[in-house]
Amino acid sequence: MIDEIGHFALVLALCIAAVQIVVPLYGAARGDATLVAMAPPAALAQFLFIATAFLSLMHAYAVSDFSLLNVAANSSVAKPLLYKITGVWSNHEGSMLLWVFMLGLFGAAVALFGGNLPPELRARVLSVQAMIGAGFLVYILFASNPFLRLDPLPADGNGLNPILEDRGLAFHPPCLYAGYVGFSISFCFAIAALIEGRVDPAWARWVRPWTLAAWCALTTGIAMGSWWSYYTLGWGGWWYWDPVENASFMPWIIGTALLHSAIVVEKRDTLKAWTILLAILTFSLSLIGTFLVRSGVLTSVHAFASDPLRGVFILALLGTATGGALLLFAIRAPVLQGGGLFAPISREGGLLLNNLLLTTAAATVLIGTLYPLFLDVLTHQKVSVGPPFFDMTFVPVMVPLLVAMGVGPLLSWKRGDLVAAFQRLKLAFAIAAGAALVTLAAAGADSLGAACGLALAAWLLAATIVEWAERVHLFAEPLGRSLRRALRLPRASWGMTLAHAGMAVVVAGITGSSAWSVERVADVRPGEAVELAGYRVALDAVGEVRGPDYVATRADLRLLKGDRLIAAMHPEKRFFPLEKGSQTDVAIRTNLAADVYAVIGDPDGKGGYTLRLYYNPLVPWIWLGAALMALGGLVSLSDRRHRVGAPRRARREAVAQPAE
Amino acid sequence: MIRRLLASLMLLAALAPLPARAVQPDEMLPDPALEARAREIGKELRCLVCRNQSVDDSDAPLAHDLRVLVRERLVAGDSNDQVVAYIRSRYGDYVLLKPPFQFDTWVLWSAPALILLAGLWSVGRYLRHQARMAGAPPLSADEAERLARILDEKPGP
Amino acid sequence: MRRWLYLLPVAVFVLMAGVFYAGLGIDTDVLPSPLIDEAAPQFDLPPLPGSRNGLATADFKGAVSLVNVFASWCVPCRAEHAVLNALAATKKVPIYGINYKDKGEAANAWIAALGDPYTRIGADDGRVGIEWGVYGVPETFLVDRSGHIRYKHVGPLTQADIDKTILPLVARLQQ
Repeated sequence: MIDEIGHFALVLALCIAAVQIVVPLYGAARGDATLVAMAPPAALAQFLFIATAFLSLMHAYAVSDFSLLNVAANSSVAKPLLYKITGVWSNHEGSMLLWVFMLGLFGAAVALFGGNLPPELRARVLSVQAMIGAGFLVYILFASNPFLRLDPLPADGNGLNPILEDRGLAFHPPCLYAGYVGFSISFCFAIAALIEGRVDPAWARWVRPWTLAAWCALTTGIAMGSWWSYYTLGWGGWWYWDPVENASFMPWIIGTALLHSAIVVEKRDTLKAWTILLAILTFSLSLIGTFLVRSGVLTSVHAFASDPLRGVFILALLGTATGGALLLFAIRAPVLQGGGLFAPISREGGLLLNNLLLTTAAATVLIGTLYPLFLDVLTHQKVSVGPPFFDMTFVPVMVPLLVAMGVGPLLSWKRGDLVAAFQRLKLAFAIAAGAALVTLAAAGADSLGAACGLALAAWLLAATIVEWAERVHLFAEPLGRSLRRALRLPRASWGMTLAHAGMAVVVAGITGSSAWSVERVADVRPGEAVELAGYRVALDAVGEVRGPDYVATRADLRLLKGDRLIAAMHPEKRFFPLEKGSQTDVAIRTNLAADVYAVIGDPDGKGGYTLRLYYNPLVPWIWLGAALMALGGLVSLSDRRHRVGAPRRARREAVAQPAE
Repeated sequence: MIRRLLASLMLLAALAPLPARAVQPDEMLPDPALEARAREIGKELRCLVCRNQSVDDSDAPLAHDLRVLVRERLVAGDSNDQVVAYIRSRYGDYVLLKPPFQFDTWVLWSAPALILLAGLWSVGRYLRHQARMAGAPPLSADEAERLARILDEKPGP
Repeated sequence: MRRWLYLLPVAVFVLMAGVFYAGLGIDTDVLPSPLIDEAAPQFDLPPLPGSRNGLATADFKGAVSLVNVFASWCVPCRAEHAVLNALAATKKVPIYGINYKDKGEAANAWIAALGDPYTRIGADDGRVGIEWGVYGVPETFLVDRSGHIRYKHVGPLTQADIDKTILPLVARLQQ
């Protein structure tokens, strides 16, 4: 019964979406306030129906209702409840439902929290949002329906891919999808602006919180995915330039460019066409990613089972949404009048450079990802474009960006003084040079790459702190005054400081992981020990343990430094009889500056086991840095300026904004 | 913590082998320099039956065979390039994770630089267009008259 | 900015969408072989236990042949075996087998159960497979009289493949 309710709710959501497309758009064109006012309730209703469908599917999983084909194919009775529930989005149909759930959620959020928006703009945004929603609902109902029945009922389901049974991974898709799909709001804002023919600082301020929210979610989602692959796949790697990873990374890169470009629109009323284009591209890249993952055109570890028919449908959606948006852009963007002028060396110039470099980086990743397909279609030759290509082309674009990130915030608007800025950053230079020298001294002359990496990270961190220190007049005023200044700084500027500092930490983490990871692989018998980077790892015993749906070989290890016991570690190798698959449960011991990583492998038949040990310095900083970036985004999101509404009456802000 | 960090940095030898996830202990060569070369090559060879993994990262039997083959040829005296060429001649360009520099991949390799240059060019045009816009508009007749009067009236400092 | 520059994004997108559409039908698992038109690798494989004849390069020089890579653990190989049996019965082209990474007894049992279309079978631990650029089973090679590989089929052979591709090519090479 609940399944039927869920199915029907989807159909109702589609009907509401149809209304939501037509009525508000017509009302906004006509200036009819009543019709325009129908948009928010429609969006809320749509979300309610989609949520009903989603929850009913979740219920079906939770009670192991195998009358649903989707549940039978992806779950089983023995699964712990958590994995039953997260199994909802572990497959194609369920994850598409999660997609529209997020779409509906953001639409509802705009309806509830978008009170500061002018009603016509909000109506247009929700109308375009409903177009996207309708497209995907049609796709789900006709080509990808999770509510299809199975008759007769099987006694048990096929189970979940063992590798997906993990607490960390459970929440990675919702977070990621919130990011991907959240950028649809920025897309809708861009379309609405093109329809209205007007992009002004107010528009930039209104679009910002939604972009920030999506960006935070995507940052967190990507970091979670990367962290999960690190501790699950047993290889110590955390990024493979796999097409599906790239599909999530590209919207993030362009989304970052969008955030920065919108600042220029808000502050100086220029770079409008650029910003609109970025808003369109961000969500378009999300859609392209969805296409790539689900259509089977690219080989990937992550890809869902491929089906060309699905591919055609999603391509049609992609073509309509992105093609339509870009066509609208071609026609309407010339209408957007530029405002402020600026010198090449200025804050705007710096942000323009930022746009350029980020777009080049994203284009590089896109070309690398799509090239095998492109070549195959044109010449039937097959090539691989793997990590070596991306490492060689992506990194050189990021280097000037990291340098510019340090200087940019110190340039003034309209006309900046580069020489003066560099002089103010003398300390940052010194720290960066120092970091490089220390690295070279400690790790030898052929760690030049690592030295550069750490120098860049140190530069960015120091420059960010210098900028912050200047703002709070640190050391130029009594400490108490500086502290009070710091507390009164606008949250947006705290957000920038935290996010840029987070980026520096990530760069340091990446450098450490690429340059100095140490591996020891050995056949070890219980009672023996292995040396690893100054530590000793002693294997005490290997035994068998049982879980709810698996049998595992479990090793008892002790991590020692000299004679001191640092930690006990228990890597496992789990075998899942139902799915006939195995999964390694890696044991990681971290001191937040480095990880010791242990994997127990197969027995060698002579009483020993293959023990794989890694010492990964600075790797935890990758995720700590990403968390810092997301925190910066959240702090920025809480800035009161985002609540300033459409000008109805004059508002005076309680705290004077510092001239930026 | 800083001292531990410095200690960590100092502990690491230059010849740290690249982490490779599926290499078995019985495959590894006794000579560390050769083994390091084998890892370098392994990182660049694609496991053909896997989804986007290098032969070093995969547990597949074919990956194992290729790893063993790489090491055999290194022990036999082949250079890194020769080993890669040997495998490439049997499996084609697809087995190389770093796409080769050749006619049908020039678009791929030159794209980042070309895009950057195109971007810089268009940014340059935009800035020059702006600079032209920023030239001051000529004074109107009224303004010119007022200016002349001011200059005539004002006594020197 | 000139008007046409605004059209660039949509133009690039349409191009990309076209490539996507064309790409939907492509099978990403089939790799083209660089050994086409090259001489077949030199090899000499031992026989399966209980047989006298192994397989070596010299065995199929002089006549157009099919070399089929198979294994008892390979599920699609079962599907194509009936097709191979039928082809062997027509005696139009000799079929040689490379038993890939298999246990001798298992292979013998498999052949006994499903039929033996092979003129000769060589047991390979995988090294010869690498020489042929084999990356999965089953794969089938068409070798001409001079010992050059002329065609490679990846995956199980169907009767349609035999009729439409293999036999016409064999006929052409046999002239």
